[in-house]
Amino acid sequence: MNKSSFVYVIYIRTTLEKVWDALLKPEFTRTYWFGVTQQSDWTPGAAWKMVLPDGTISDTGEILEIEKPKHLVIRWRNEFRPELKVEGYSTCRMELEQVDGTVRLTIRHEIDKPAAKLIDAVSGGWPKVLSSLKSMLETGAPLPDISGHGKPR
Amino acid sequence: MQDMDKVFKALADANRRRLLDLLYATNGQTLGELCEHLDMTRQAVTQHLALLEAANLVAVVWRGREKLHFLNPVPLQDVYDRWIEKFERGRLTALRELKRNLEGQDDDEQE
Repeated sequence: MNKSSFVYVIYIRTTLEKVWDALLKPEFTRTYWFGVTQQSDWTPGAAWKMVLPDGTISDTGEILEIEKPKHLVIRWRNEFRPELKVEGYSTCRMELEQVDGTVRLTIRHEIDKPAAKLIDAVSGGWPKVLSSLKSMLETGAPLPDISGHGKPR
Repeated sequence: MQDMDKVFKALADANRRRLLDLLYATNGQTLGELCEHLDMTRQAVTQHLALLEAANLVAVVWRGREKLHFLNPVPLQDVYDRWIEKFERGRLTALRELKRNLEGQDDDEQE
């Protein structure tokens, strides 16, 4: 394969709208995503960026496709790690489907490069973030932050 | 906790764990590619993959007529959060304290 990619799937017992809001709105992402927020107008072609709790811009790009509350595609490049930035733009797709009483959320991130460091880096973070998102939506409490990102230095 | 039951059941088989190892080594493989590494019939591999998919340990993406299998570690994260992480938290906190103390000391030395 001349691509690097991962596909993560999680089932969350809630509604499409709640998962959608949780993925986009800073008041939610700050809670379960260990302090991370995103900035965008959330329209096709709009700029997009991800900001760490200390204000560092970690990733930038643009909204390629958006269809509330089912489908979001982001053109995504890392900004703060030079070895990841040189790999250029990747594509992150988020798909939400109602399956019986649950929402099936699929995150698919890929880049046209074999053995990409970016995919390695982001793939490590997602399971924890998704697990914390599920915990927040199903129980009202996100997972405790052990990532170290959320703590003030 | 039916979801967790499925995960543990899926993991309770050496062949299925081997399939996950193969996907960890190379993600996004077809059934044919996976069969090359395994001493099992195609039907047996299909059945194992179906169980892994039902447990959400394998996610499937269609590329044209090809069915690609991806390792989905999210349920393993749930296992980790529930059964491992809480026993490690004390140690991680201790390490963070240590880091803070050592880095604090560095600052002092520079002054």
